[in-house]
Amino acid sequence: MPAAVASPLTTAGSRNPLPRASRDAAWVRWTLTAVALVFLAFFLALPLAAVFAEGLRRGVAAYFASFRDTDALAAIRLTLLTAAIAVPANAVFGVAAAWAIAKFPFRGKSLLITLIDLPFAVSPVIAGLVYVLIFGANGWFGSWLIDHDVRIIFAVPGIIIATTFVTFPFVARELIPLMQAQGNDEEYAAATLGASGWQTFWRVTLPNIKWGLLYGIILCNARAMGEFGAVSVVSGHIRGETDTLPLHVEILYNEYNFVGSFAVASLLTLLALVTLVLKTIVEWRHAASRSAST
Amino acid sequence: MATARTRRSALPGFGITLGFTLAYLGLIVLIPLSATFIRAAGMDWGSFWAAVTSPRVLAAYRLSFGASLAAGAVNMVFGLIVAWVLTRYPFPGRRVVDALVDLPFALPTAVAGIALTSIYAPNGWIGRWLAPLGFPVAFTRLGVFVALTFIGLPFVVRTLQPVIQELQPEMEESAASLGATRWQTFRRVLLPELVPPLLTGFALAFARALGEYGSVVFISGNMPMRTEIVPLLIITKLEQYDYSGATAIAVVMLVSSFLLLLLINLLQKWSRRFQAV
Amino acid sequence: MKKSLTATLLALALASAATAETITLLNVSYDPTRELYADFNPAFARYWKAKTGDDVVVKQSHGGSGAQARSVIDGLQADVVTLALAADIDALHKKAGLLPADWQKRLPERSTPYTSTIVLLVRKGNPKGIKDWDDVINPGVSIVVANPKTSGGARWAYLAAWGYAERKYGSKEKAREFITALYKHVPVLDSGARGATTTFVQRGIGDVLLAWENEAFLALKEFGADKFEIVVPSSSILAEPPVAWVDKVVARKGTEAVAKAYLEYLYSDEGQEIAGRNFYRPRNPAVAAKFADVFPKIELFTIDDVFGGWTKAQHAHFADGGVFDQIYQK
Repeated sequence: MPAAVASPLTTAGSRNPLPRASRDAAWVRWTLTAVALVFLAFFLALPLAAVFAEGLRRGVAAYFASFRDTDALAAIRLTLLTAAIAVPANAVFGVAAAWAIAKFPFRGKSLLITLIDLPFAVSPVIAGLVYVLIFGANGWFGSWLIDHDVRIIFAVPGIIIATTFVTFPFVARELIPLMQAQGNDEEYAAATLGASGWQTFWRVTLPNIKWGLLYGIILCNARAMGEFGAVSVVSGHIRGETDTLPLHVEILYNEYNFVGSFAVASLLTLLALVTLVLKTIVEWRHAASRSAST
Repeated sequence: MATARTRRSALPGFGITLGFTLAYLGLIVLIPLSATFIRAAGMDWGSFWAAVTSPRVLAAYRLSFGASLAAGAVNMVFGLIVAWVLTRYPFPGRRVVDALVDLPFALPTAVAGIALTSIYAPNGWIGRWLAPLGFPVAFTRLGVFVALTFIGLPFVVRTLQPVIQELQPEMEESAASLGATRWQTFRRVLLPELVPPLLTGFALAFARALGEYGSVVFISGNMPMRTEIVPLLIITKLEQYDYSGATAIAVVMLVSSFLLLLLINLLQKWSRRFQAV
Repeated sequence: MKKSLTATLLALALASAATAETITLLNVSYDPTRELYADFNPAFARYWKAKTGDDVVVKQSHGGSGAQARSVIDGLQADVVTLALAADIDALHKKAGLLPADWQKRLPERSTPYTSTIVLLVRKGNPKGIKDWDDVINPGVSIVVANPKTSGGARWAYLAAWGYAERKYGSKEKAREFITALYKHVPVLDSGARGATTTFVQRGIGDVLLAWENEAFLALKEFGADKFEIVVPSSSILAEPPVAWVDKVVARKGTEAVAKAYLEYLYSDEGQEIAGRNFYRPRNPAVAAKFADVFPKIELFTIDDVFGGWTKAQHAHFADGGVFDQIYQK
């Protein structure tokens, strides 16, 4: 996710009370607010409400019964496992990439940043396709993998790799502008005082970027748990084995189990809402720690 | 921008972090993506050209690019209003609404797809009012446009918000004291400042919309030549064992994504310079 | 030689390991068989347990028939495939050599333990007065069907309509006119048969759904016979969804015996009963007689009669640039 969107942190600062010249007439204010709220109601609130309304159509009992199904539980476990591997991997990468890009000058930096952004703009379908071309039976490593009985696509590793690809830029693109904005002064000071590189990172850099890092991880996690297109291409759709939650939503939908489908969908929606709450808290804490330090 | 980064060796870890970055980038992103180019290179030019310019593929490009453009444009207008309202006007529940703007980021696309379809189908909450008026949404191009608008919304709003927040009130004051009306101030003073982030947000929403799959397939109706988007066409080709055709189209999409990203990064550079002046 | 030796050793090693534990099979199938195999798998597990003492768990994967075949070609480790049409299993032979070319001769009835056909599902009371194929192209009728490029059922539906027209009007040109007119009435082409049924039933789109007979019955059962009714056309196609074990995979996993037994059990009395209960027409005449009042009598023509087999039909109608593409490019 390119910098511009992911980085309210770099600018979220104290808000000055607006002078009179910057205030709009009351009718303008009301009209614009009404337009904005109606637009958001149609495009955001309504889909949200629809998920829960459809999930609860047959009552609360039917809603909760949807989660007791063993296949649903297997899908939840697989989704958690996928996120548990893809998110930390991308977080470590994000920190390393941000350290190299923000702290040191080198040629080709713009190109590198663009390449890191690439998975964001690549269609998830293409992301799935490339792993089929590589690990599929007719792909580069296909016959070797089959001879050695190693399964990548249509198995858990393929799902994890595809998810890692799709969520690749989230943490890095969050941290790069943040670390660039913070500069190197504190790290230089630490180095001058004799701290090792590792100590500098743990004691100086990490505390400075922890909210940005957390913010990136939250977004990365939300996307990792919700990815559909890429995972759909490489999953093989084996019930109870290679179905993630979003794929399970589709399966239930195709089995005319609409209540179950929307119930599982509502679980993912709740996850999205929790993500938004966490994100708001992180933004708030970050703003607070910034204004405390300045 | 970093202030002092000239002393090269003052901080450790450059080699290892850059090395790791490049290795990981190569392993997860570049080598896999190169597979599509290598596969496509195996085709001769004639069949590649035929695969990427067949009438059905051209129709899909038209729809994907057209609907993404339209959705991006609508998001520019409404995104600007939403961003403006959320940063400038205090109203009860603003924080909640502000957080909700990110919903399309966080909501899995498949969930968005079935939710939007159930709302806009002819028997859905909104569809039942629109269909009799002659505006069927689900299973038409309009449906594709609605889904793409949904997923693109946060990009414009989130790009604009920080810029609106940083606008210098002095400029508005001086414009007002020179006798400009509020509308003139907005058009002559504020809007020029907002153009670069607006374009960036538009380009981001556009790039995301081009590749979107999960939310669109449920609502589009998938008619060849009419409501078939490019990613769906790639899947359809795959399902007919036409790997070459699928990769050829994928290459076209990859190149356009890359060009769009370059454009976005240039736009951001330009806007940074613009803001510095 | 060396390769096959390692494969055999590996298979033996796996087979010996398997005797102690539960055997797992993967059945890669198409969309509308979900209920059928959910019913059949436990029955087979009971049978196999009684016969050999081994536990067997059959995992299911469902999707569009072509998409599923593509996954198997790309390495999805399916012990058995139960797809919508022979062309998709042929592809496993042609594209990846996963099974021999004569796979369809290895089990009775051209490797098709159950059959189905294409019928017309309309809304209750049949408001548009649809009685036969000719009525679906009346002005103002809107048709829901899946995309024949990706859906097996939709290919059967296309061929059923074509076959009806060619046999009735006596020429390929007339049949082509009919099929062109038919797709002009289609507002939504879902990628799979299930998607099309959902569109028709749940979204309220269209006046008639060209559906697998079993899907039409299932829709009545799931959504209530008070909402829809089945119209049986004067003639339709004998749809044969075939089954096969995947030699390369079962050899590697050492599951050949159980995979074969699994498919053969579909032909047993119990297997045939389960097929009938799930609205597939049983092959066994004795079992079929029990369901005689369920399945209406239709004059059924085969793909060989009208189209000269799958390979020809596939090439002429559904390949890139074939008749179906030409319909949409005008």
